[in-house]
Amino acid sequence: MTRTLQGRLFGRIDGDIAGILLLAALLVIVLPLGLDIFRLNMVGKYLTYAFVALGLVLCWGSAGILSLGQGIFFGIGGYCMAMFLKLEASSPEATKIQSTPGIPDFMDWNQLKALPWFWEPFHSLTFATVAVVAVPALLAFIVGLAMFKRRVGGVYFAIITQAFAAILTILIVGQQGYTGGINGITDLRTLKGWDIRTDEAKLVLYFVNAALLIGCILLCLYVRRSKLGRILVALRDKEDRVRFSGYDVANFKIFVFCFAAALSAVGGAMFTLQVGFMSPSFVGIVPSIEMVIYCAVGGRLSLLGAVYGTLLVNWAKTMLSESFPELWLFAMGALFIGVVMVFPNGLAGLYQQFIAPRLGRLLLRTGTRAGAPIIPPHTAAD
Amino acid sequence: MFEGYSLAELGSIFAMQGFAGLILFSVFVLMALGLAIIFGQMGVINMAHGEFMILGAYVTYLCSSFISTYAPALFPAYFFIAMALAFLASGALGMLVEWGMIRFLYRRPLDTLLATWGLSLILQQIFRSVFGAREVGVVLPDWLMGSVAVTDTIEVPINGLFVMGLTIAITVVIYAVMFRSRWGQGVRAVMQNRVMAGAVGINTEKVDRYTFGLGCGIAGVAGSAFTMVGSTGPTSGQLYIVDTFLVVVFGGAQSLIGTIASAFTISQAQSTLEFFLSGSTAKVLTLLTVVVILMLRPQGLFVLKVRR
Repeated sequence: MTRTLQGRLFGRIDGDIAGILLLAALLVIVLPLGLDIFRLNMVGKYLTYAFVALGLVLCWGSAGILSLGQGIFFGIGGYCMAMFLKLEASSPEATKIQSTPGIPDFMDWNQLKALPWFWEPFHSLTFATVAVVAVPALLAFIVGLAMFKRRVGGVYFAIITQAFAAILTILIVGQQGYTGGINGITDLRTLKGWDIRTDEAKLVLYFVNAALLIGCILLCLYVRRSKLGRILVALRDKEDRVRFSGYDVANFKIFVFCFAAALSAVGGAMFTLQVGFMSPSFVGIVPSIEMVIYCAVGGRLSLLGAVYGTLLVNWAKTMLSESFPELWLFAMGALFIGVVMVFPNGLAGLYQQFIAPRLGRLLLRTGTRAGAPIIPPHTAAD
Repeated sequence: MFEGYSLAELGSIFAMQGFAGLILFSVFVLMALGLAIIFGQMGVINMAHGEFMILGAYVTYLCSSFISTYAPALFPAYFFIAMALAFLASGALGMLVEWGMIRFLYRRPLDTLLATWGLSLILQQIFRSVFGAREVGVVLPDWLMGSVAVTDTIEVPINGLFVMGLTIAITVVIYAVMFRSRWGQGVRAVMQNRVMAGAVGINTEKVDRYTFGLGCGIAGVAGSAFTMVGSTGPTSGQLYIVDTFLVVVFGGAQSLIGTIASAFTISQAQSTLEFFLSGSTAKVLTLLTVVVILMLRPQGLFVLKVRR
């Protein structure tokens, strides 16, 4: 009997699903009730990074491909959305004091007389939404095709993706007239006439974001539980054996890289909507590698861990940089070193090691079946 | 992009930009040499390499202010003292890092990358706390100031010539150490086959530590040289790290000649393009070309033939 997608996802209420329900309850009920709209919007911003971390769990945790360029895809997704919003905000009426009305303000400042050709299609929301996912996925496909078909992997892949992050940042900063330069695309106002700067809009966007995130977690879970997910783990642990078994390893790697890129881009687009601007400071090397640490802190093998890790690291960053700005880099550096040397499976690993067994015993005593699957011990994967 | 220049002018432009490129090339080579030893030979990704370089630069800065205050007679020669101290400081820190961190991570290169990135953040913040966020520069002794006029239109700065001479000297020394000394033979043996090298009685742990220290020490010397052509800030190292990695990978990770050749290509391309295009476009074009070539030829320009 073939089981439907729904059956596969919800047929068994096990540890993963219970965890997702718990996370959903936290995001949709607890946080909105407990936080004011300013803080909630902040959590919403953090959650957009969680999309990137989810992608990294699949790409790095499952398949062993460390991309240091996820900021590229986050940024492109964000920029696609920002371009649409910016065009809407720069209608001829709103920009009539400019020397060329009807084009974004930064273009006017840079003496551009007409809208560049690649901005034209972004008048359409449908195109922009498709582009959010399609452009990063296409870029990831090209990069992945070139790299994985030639069996380039491991640290070389990490360095090349990092170089791409550097290139894109320099390009965005340098081409000020076309991209808004170092300031990015700012002053975004409405989405199809709906003001995104009001508190109600922020609340709605928060819920949309949370729902999308839960959806993406389910999608990732589906991928991980499919045969494809198992092949990914296999090629992480013994790539040659998978190849000798007759699989084209590169195709799987390309898929998971594109998938991670698309996830990051969704996060980027939601970031633009919630924060109201997009700038190259979310694209470059530093943010890209920071996104890796969100995933590593949560646990590179755990989807839910990645979300909690993202929330925790960003919360700590905000708290520390509000009160002790000079301490933040120390804390961040220590986090990188600690997570690698002391607890490579992150929060999820600690949970599996210390909390889950006790929880299991507790549940067994009350007669319920404990269903959290054991995360395999960290294997030297690269 | 060539309109408006006469042929003679174009020649001068290429010569001057070529020379500016040579200075960039020297800094690249010095940084990349250390990285080529650490990454190419040991396979360790040291993202904190830029910070080791900046440590050397700060040591030079301290040395220059110390000597100009307390021993002005020595000032013309301070640079050589500073360079030795920079080598020792960065090398010692490198060995400490290898002992405390890297040696646990040899089998996990991707994790090394993350851990050394963490280290680089910490070092950056230490620099910022100690030396302040502002960039500092050193005072050059008189004999390094000024420039030599080669023809009427071409002038070359003396500090640039000095940095280049230094680069050549250091490269020769490294070559001798790595390929002509017994110690270098041991290093290469360990890198080619760790188990076998251990079996014939080489203390692999010790070799690892000193090799890493050597690589970091060279980065310190690179930082020392860097102070002559640019000013030093806490985050200057991070600006160069991607370029340097690309230089090493582009050259073929295990080949010193390859590293030098690729540093030459990249720096010359960048500085020549910089004159005609904007700085950012030149950089994007150069990096993009390198990345595309690397995609077509992932093993880099020069490949060391090793039986695996």
